[in-house]
Amino acid sequence: MSITIAHLKRGESAIILHFNEIDVPLKLLEMGCLPGNEVTVMQSAPFQDPIYLNINGTHLAIRRETAQKISVERYG
Amino acid sequence: MARSIKVSLIGNPNTGKTSLFNRLTGLNQKVGNYPGITVEKKEGICKLDRGIKAHILDLPGTYSLNTTSLDESVVIETLLDRTSKDFPDVAVVVSDVENLKRNLLLFTQIKDLEIPTILVINMADRMKRKAISLDIKQLEEDLKTKVVLVSSRKNMGVEELKKAITDFKSLDIEPCVNASVIDPVYFERLRKAYPNQLLYKLWLVITQDVNFGKIDRNRDLTDLKTTSFEIKSEADLKRLQHKETVVRYQFINGLLKKALSIDTATAKDLRSRLDRILLHKIWGYLIFFTVLLVIFQAIYDWSGYPMDFIDESFASLSSWLSNKLPAGPIADLLSEGIIPGLGGIVIFIPQIAFLFLFISILEESGYMSRVVFLMDHLMKKFGLSGKSVVPLVSGTACAIPAVMATRNIEDWKERLITILVVPFTTCSARLPVYLIIVGLVIPEGSILGGLLSYQALTLMLLYLLGFATAILGAWVLNKILPINRKSFFVMEMPAYKLPILKNVLYTVLEKTKSFVFGAGKIIMAISVILWVLASYGLGEQYTNAEQIVTEKYESENLSEKDLNQKIASHKLEYSFIGYIGKGIEPVVAPLGYDWKIGIAIVSSFAAREVFVGTLATIYSVESDGEDELTIKNRMKEEVNPILGGPLFNFASGISLLLFYAFAMQCMSTLAIVKRETNSWKWPAIQFVAMTVIAYASALAAFQILK
Repeated sequence: MSITIAHLKRGESAIILHFNEIDVPLKLLEMGCLPGNEVTVMQSAPFQDPIYLNINGTHLAIRRETAQKISVERYG
Repeated sequence: MARSIKVSLIGNPNTGKTSLFNRLTGLNQKVGNYPGITVEKKEGICKLDRGIKAHILDLPGTYSLNTTSLDESVVIETLLDRTSKDFPDVAVVVSDVENLKRNLLLFTQIKDLEIPTILVINMADRMKRKAISLDIKQLEEDLKTKVVLVSSRKNMGVEELKKAITDFKSLDIEPCVNASVIDPVYFERLRKAYPNQLLYKLWLVITQDVNFGKIDRNRDLTDLKTTSFEIKSEADLKRLQHKETVVRYQFINGLLKKALSIDTATAKDLRSRLDRILLHKIWGYLIFFTVLLVIFQAIYDWSGYPMDFIDESFASLSSWLSNKLPAGPIADLLSEGIIPGLGGIVIFIPQIAFLFLFISILEESGYMSRVVFLMDHLMKKFGLSGKSVVPLVSGTACAIPAVMATRNIEDWKERLITILVVPFTTCSARLPVYLIIVGLVIPEGSILGGLLSYQALTLMLLYLLGFATAILGAWVLNKILPINRKSFFVMEMPAYKLPILKNVLYTVLEKTKSFVFGAGKIIMAISVILWVLASYGLGEQYTNAEQIVTEKYESENLSEKDLNQKIASHKLEYSFIGYIGKGIEPVVAPLGYDWKIGIAIVSSFAAREVFVGTLATIYSVESDGEDELTIKNRMKEEVNPILGGPLFNFASGISLLLFYAFAMQCMSTLAIVKRETNSWKWPAIQFVAMTVIAYASALAAFQILK
């Protein structure tokens, strides 16, 4: 079973694998959330929602629901 | 030879586009609206060499040309319509050196429209500290354009940019990415169907409707729907848009591998250290609460002095005028109608300026995004978005820009709910009503060893009441509105920046100005109408007032001054406004008000801030013009006609405060809500619901407390 961004702990990095287009707003892609790019969890708010990410050098926040739809692969 | 060049300034949010605009144009700018919509249109003029002038249009910030909101559609409309008077001779794309990769996405799209485009890399002063190095030559070669390094903060590179604008004709207009690779067959067919149109422009027009339905696609593609041309399904178009984004990023990543290097070891940044504190699960919320507290205390304390000064100055100006001018209707209109009405506008300037000062500092520094992050989870539970916090906070200045600020909320249901509840937040027009009533009915004294006065605390509670009602209202609406939520939320967390004083001051100046002239017109008109209604009347009681009053008090031996006062009151009671007021009185008496307050409330339905001005006008018509009393002192003297005792006591004061806290008394807000929701249904519901809540709670408060 693959993991998603929502599984990552604070400070952990991973590579974005894939997601379904209808689950992810285009704006997120425009900000660099694309397969192959690196994602790091910077911080999360209480209840792990929203989650503060660094994707490809861009700092942004998304909701947990969206994070659960983006599958990733941990480094190493 | 004088010539002018049309320039569009385009860029992602948070790239310092507006500071650059301010640098280029200075105070030579004006703010208006795009025809028919409420998006702000900022234009300015910049002088270039050889007597050439650049007309600079500052377009709303956008991440791409894929429209998802009204702001973005303005950008597209400007760039697609070559016949428009705003169509640029040259586009200046502003990017931020730290987010170059993401910023270049928009650049490549604009370049594909074959418009001469200059790339500005802003915040170049940060390069050294962040250990960033750039190969400008490589960038210029691959992007096929001129690249200018700028720091709008340090005023670096602005002259070079001006030179590049002057020489815009030498710019290459060849695209740097070929978007048609995402579906070559489809694009080839498109090209054949419209051989005279630019291919990428066709693609943008076709995809507009996917995310945003309002564009007029018939303008350029008159027969797109009628030809046999294959129409793709919405899902297919969406997939292609995703593919296009991927293709563009591949190009950008390849380019930046060659042209950009960041020494990550030295790039230890302030952002993550500050975020650790400001987004902390406990400290973060405490800090946010403290920031709010400081703002309210400051607004109450600091703006008090200039407000008292303005109040007194207008009172003395009024009495000075009535003494100097020859007696007659014109002198009366000036000293009893226009001057008190004007005072009612000018008196708000200090608070409005302070509020916008704080709000623009919070936004400029990047802290506002952190507040959105902290609040999203909580707000989501009430059917709102973390992004609703920005409208709710800026609603403390004015509901109109706040309703417009909901545009970046992705989800329609969350956006609609935010629009509907925003008018509950305490806007600056309520503030003068609150200040004057709180000053009258809440005792002096303080808690926390003098840190927080009772009056400031009451004010803070009123603000909290506004927020609480908004949130509660949202919760109810979330339960009853039959709309599905998609729960999309994407927000950039920009780097922290020290707010640029100049930008903050421009914002404050511009917002205050638009308040004074916008609301000012309504207030002036209403004061004049009120004065006429209060100064004239019909019937025996009005025309023979002097005789009737003199006879009535004959035995009491009143001084001439007191007698004149009685006559003026009697006249007012039987003037036109007196009759209207008496008609309203039965409705407002259970809330603890007299007919004068009733008139003030009715006229407040045009705009709340009219309240103080209305009372000022009524009282100054009533007084014989010789006493130089401030509005506040005059209010203190009022007596309740039914119950006796001071009219403005604790019970009626609280009742008034609650009424103003809840009632929808702002025509401009209703108009904006109509525009943003595209129907009269929502503003109508808003108006009725809020007024009912206001009346009921004011009634309950007075009946319990009296």
